[in-house]
Amino acid sequence: MKAPLIKFVDVKKSFGNNYVIKGVNLSIYEDEITVIIGKSGSGKSVLLKHIIGLIHQDSGKVIFRGEDIASMSRKNRKEFKRNFSYMFQENALFDSMTIYENIALPLTETSLFSKQEIKKKVQMRMEQLEIQGTSNKYPAQLSGGMKKRVALARALITEPSIVLFDEPTTGLDPVRKNGVHAMIKSYQEMFGFTAVVVSHEIPDIFQIAQRVAMIEKGKIIFQGSVEDIMAYDSNDEVGRFINGDGDFME
Amino acid sequence: MITKSIENIGQWTIGQVERIGRIFIFLFTGVFHIFTLPLQIFKIIEHTWFIGTKSMVVIVLTGIFTGMVLGLQGYYTLIKFGSEGMLGSAVALTLIRELGPVLTAIMITARAGSAMAAEIGVMRISEQIDALETMNINPVRFIFSPRIVASIISFPLLTALFDVIGILGGYVTGSLMLGINGGIYIYRVTDSVVMADVTGGFIKSLVFAVVVTTICCSQGYFTHLQTRGGFGAKGVSFSTTNAVVNSCVLILVFDYAITYLLL
Repeated sequence: MKAPLIKFVDVKKSFGNNYVIKGVNLSIYEDEITVIIGKSGSGKSVLLKHIIGLIHQDSGKVIFRGEDIASMSRKNRKEFKRNFSYMFQENALFDSMTIYENIALPLTETSLFSKQEIKKKVQMRMEQLEIQGTSNKYPAQLSGGMKKRVALARALITEPSIVLFDEPTTGLDPVRKNGVHAMIKSYQEMFGFTAVVVSHEIPDIFQIAQRVAMIEKGKIIFQGSVEDIMAYDSNDEVGRFINGDGDFME
Repeated sequence: MITKSIENIGQWTIGQVERIGRIFIFLFTGVFHIFTLPLQIFKIIEHTWFIGTKSMVVIVLTGIFTGMVLGLQGYYTLIKFGSEGMLGSAVALTLIRELGPVLTAIMITARAGSAMAAEIGVMRISEQIDALETMNINPVRFIFSPRIVASIISFPLLTALFDVIGILGGYVTGSLMLGINGGIYIYRVTDSVVMADVTGGFIKSLVFAVVVTTICCSQGYFTHLQTRGGFGAKGVSFSTTNAVVNSCVLILVFDYAITYLLL
């Protein structure tokens, strides 16, 4: 069995007296789409933010390619971050920048590419994501679906090997939701990145998932394949959640 | 009961020390990154335009009326002692030493400082600052460093503008409206103002630039950490109000401290 790319070992996190993550053990594998599901407020996004260091755990370890992220040197951590891109729930596009500037930002700020090279790369990504013609527009002038594509273009501009998606379909209608799922799947195949997707779009998200983890009350209560989770008894905690059983919420 | 009170005081003290520490770290990180390559020349120009050029109208307006009211008040005070010819000195020294730097800083706080706090606060609550971190971009360098350089450029220049316009305002009321000889007014201005007065005003404007920009940017940047004013839009509104109030109070506190040290 292959070694995990990212591994959570007994990770705990609290905000004041609110214990959000209560000892998570989770493995994420390279070149796969791992989906983390769970009800709202169960700690999915907090878990995702631990991977990229936006939130630091109180105890436990987050291990990347066998190395504890917390004990990485400054240089290694910078190098480690270069592997990642993060697509935020609300896109986090810069309102005062044009679409072109938004997509080009990671390159203009952190790379040594010339203006021409950056322009070429941005145009290529915009074509791939079918958002040509929006270069001089501002995020507020685009539809929800277009904004998602812009956010994805920005996330992919640095050619990351791992992309983290935090509830990428929030606020979209069912058609656009499926469109975003299909987009993640097709671009994951096209660019070959490892994807970690936080979602509560069940069962739609299972269409693109290769591995599923379920978090409940700050703990991972299931991790495995889509087939495994679908086979769960509908009376079980996991089964009740994926079947949308209201009693589960109590 | 007593234990609880002591505990609360302790918690409040720790909170304040943490807050001040955070602001100082923010300031030092921002200043350090002014000099890290590549230099952010275009962003500095952009912010100088926003803080400096776009504040010129408000500075001209406040400067002219401040000078005019100083001319008016000064004239009716000095005439009691038969010294109305000293009006030029009174207006120029008051403006260059005190009112110029202080009022300029307060007006920039109201116009550009509040905008900085609100803009950065919105960036914080909409995860734009987190996005910068995930892109390996240092948010303090990106957000704060160009603004502090722009303020250091803009504050002294706007203060100089305020002083000149204010002296002209004093001339309008003193000479054109109340009949003091214009030549005497100008002579008194040039005769009484020495380089130390200008340097003092310049030092004040530089300190105010650092204070105002640090307070306003840090209030926006740490919007998510404040809990008293609420979260989201309310949090941003609370941070913006705090930024303006704290900046204005600190301008006056630092004004006293610098005046005391310079005299």
